[in-house]
Amino acid sequence: MDLSFSSDDLRFRDEVRAWLADAMPPDLRAKADIDAHFEMDEVMRWHRILHAKGWVAPHWPTEFGGPGLSPTQRFILTEALELAGTPSLSPFGLSMVGPAIMQFGTPEQQERFLPAILSGDQVWCQGYSEPGAGSDLAAVRTTARDDGDAFVLDGQKTWTTYAQYADWIFCLVRTDASVKKQAGISFVLVDMRSPGVEARPMLTIGHTPAFCDTFFEGVRVPKTNVVGPLHGGWTVAKALLGHERTLIAAVGQSQRAIRRVKRIAAAHDLLDDPSWAGRIARLEIELQALQMANYRALAGAALGHAPGPESSILKLRGSEIFQRVFELAMDVMGPDALAWFNQPGVVSELEQTVASTYCYNRATTIYGGSSEIQKNIIAKLILGLPGV
Amino acid sequence: MDFQLSDEQKLLRDSVRTFTKQRSPLSRFRKVRDHVGSRGAGWDAAVWREMGELGWLSLPFPEAAGGFGGSLVDVGLLLENFGATLVPEPYLASVVVAGIALLRAGTAEQHARWLAPMIDGQTSLALAHAERAHRFDVRPRATTASRRGETWTVRGTKHYVANGERADVLIVSAAHGDLPVLFAVPRDHAAVRIEGVRTLDGLGAATVAIEGEIAEEHRLSGGDATVALERAHDAGAAMAVAEGVGICQAVLELTTSHLRSREQFGVAIGTFQALQHRAVEMFVEVELLRSMSVLASIRADDDDDDVRRPAVSAAKAKLATGGRFVTQQAIQLHGGIGITDEHDVGLYFKRMHALGLMFGDEEHHVRRFVASPGFTAGL
Repeated sequence: MDLSFSSDDLRFRDEVRAWLADAMPPDLRAKADIDAHFEMDEVMRWHRILHAKGWVAPHWPTEFGGPGLSPTQRFILTEALELAGTPSLSPFGLSMVGPAIMQFGTPEQQERFLPAILSGDQVWCQGYSEPGAGSDLAAVRTTARDDGDAFVLDGQKTWTTYAQYADWIFCLVRTDASVKKQAGISFVLVDMRSPGVEARPMLTIGHTPAFCDTFFEGVRVPKTNVVGPLHGGWTVAKALLGHERTLIAAVGQSQRAIRRVKRIAAAHDLLDDPSWAGRIARLEIELQALQMANYRALAGAALGHAPGPESSILKLRGSEIFQRVFELAMDVMGPDALAWFNQPGVVSELEQTVASTYCYNRATTIYGGSSEIQKNIIAKLILGLPGV
Repeated sequence: MDFQLSDEQKLLRDSVRTFTKQRSPLSRFRKVRDHVGSRGAGWDAAVWREMGELGWLSLPFPEAAGGFGGSLVDVGLLLENFGATLVPEPYLASVVVAGIALLRAGTAEQHARWLAPMIDGQTSLALAHAERAHRFDVRPRATTASRRGETWTVRGTKHYVANGERADVLIVSAAHGDLPVLFAVPRDHAAVRIEGVRTLDGLGAATVAIEGEIAEEHRLSGGDATVALERAHDAGAAMAVAEGVGICQAVLELTTSHLRSREQFGVAIGTFQALQHRAVEMFVEVELLRSMSVLASIRADDDDDDVRRPAVSAAKAKLATGGRFVTQQAIQLHGGIGITDEHDVGLYFKRMHALGLMFGDEEHHVRRFVASPGFTAGL
């Protein structure tokens, strides 16, 4: 056993750090320094910078334009980007529909979509949840009626994060209402500019316009936009949720957020107080345990092993810790945590977005399969507990 | 980064598993526990000798000191499996803690005299260190030593000396002015009085009163006693985490098996979502603790204080909270039977609580974690 990186890997880390020092535009760096919120156009600007370097999709295979890094190098790259506070890229294209198209798509679909996802020319969003289909995702009711060479979509998707900025949406739709609910679902790609598509942003409790309701009214979608077998969308969806779960352990983000908590605590003269320092340390220790579990999962993946039991806890615990870090930031701010969101001059620059993120982060234990769903899965698949 | 075991490590793990299964199942711990208190009972000297013959007692010591030249990762593998069946022999107290203190502070001659017989399984050791007033301080304070010529006068009382009742040689810490000194004192030495006590886990320990003269030849004079004490405690803490992982895994298996077989309201209680989710929380804690155990096993051997201290302390703090959570929930999920002495889950629960306290509790290690430079680096 060895926790150190090889000399090749250390060289790669130096290369990444040196590149970052150069490549991050000053305005983005200034925002990163105070952990400010990045707007969508800033995220996409950073996407294109990473793409030009070839590092926008470290986990993609070389045949689809990935950089051909080893799992350890991918980890080093991701961690360095997170620790530098670079904008988090939108996951919907790069980490969700992209890999799904690689796994299930036709060569034509791969050629049409993957390069555009990689370059950032296509911004994607996710059309899974519906008002009546949350944790019970297979209850989707958006219908796709067969009409010659196209399907005609009618229905409503919800929690479609950043749909207002998206060029494309991937959707689970019902193509056969006569069979058991999982069996009649298909996975389709819809151009957001199609007539009949409307994304209506709504405010989150953090007052960010992250979510949308997205409506489909008689939207024609060519049949060539179905990914995977017709009526076989559930398989595609499950594979894709797997990608999402490992994605949102958010260890690097939590690490950076803890550093921010310490900076805020130092500014409030609390870091020398054993009680406050102890609270921060306890949370940091929890995060370190998660990080080690993440390392174990990564090292297993590097050897080509199937995900072990340690990987199933990453989303469950990672999402809780990310929430707790911002909760602690609020506590450290004390009376300043009373201030309404993002009012320049009221709280310090470093504290500007804490309240908004604290509020929005209640979502982390809900999206990507809620904590309760994760626990159901672990109880059944790992602990072998009986079903009802 | 590599979390794979080497072939030698796999062999070690497999032979330890075979041993615990065939020779020291949990029922043996219970039997031993029920006979603690009179010297000669408790753990088995013949089993200890066998461990010596297998080379297990030599694992953490360099070849120059008669050891195997292994690492704490090897020791952790062994102790994790010992934890699963609560092997009662004093591996942690004698090999890891007293052994490493003796290794680091003693001369080659002293190693030959006191460490080598222990490595062979002929004797066992104990570190007589803890003082009631000073909680988990690695610096001795209330026990004092003063020197005149070749003779030391040592005075003080040590509490909860693990394996103290049985050890052939005690490694005793004392304050010589501001600096700690360590003595290797045979149990029948005129200056020590040993009184057996039992600890929460049911095992034997001792209160050791030291009062009298100890010859200079018994003072460990081959290395810095301050460093020796800290490294022995860090090794002890890391290896307590490893043992704790074995306990947690065993307790989780006991519990999920109970959930599958116990029926109420006409169904297996494992079908109830509230209980399933509690079991999953246990599982999560076990995996996190296992992850921290890897970190601690590797880092506890690191000579860089700023690397070793925060890693060991983080893992030990996690043991205190995570281990406690897992064993408490195990009792809850067992229901009334979990409260009886007859059921095994309580044996694990008490050993886990003891491990949580040994070599520093959560508060102690959180403070130490905060005190390491890494805590405020790069803000």
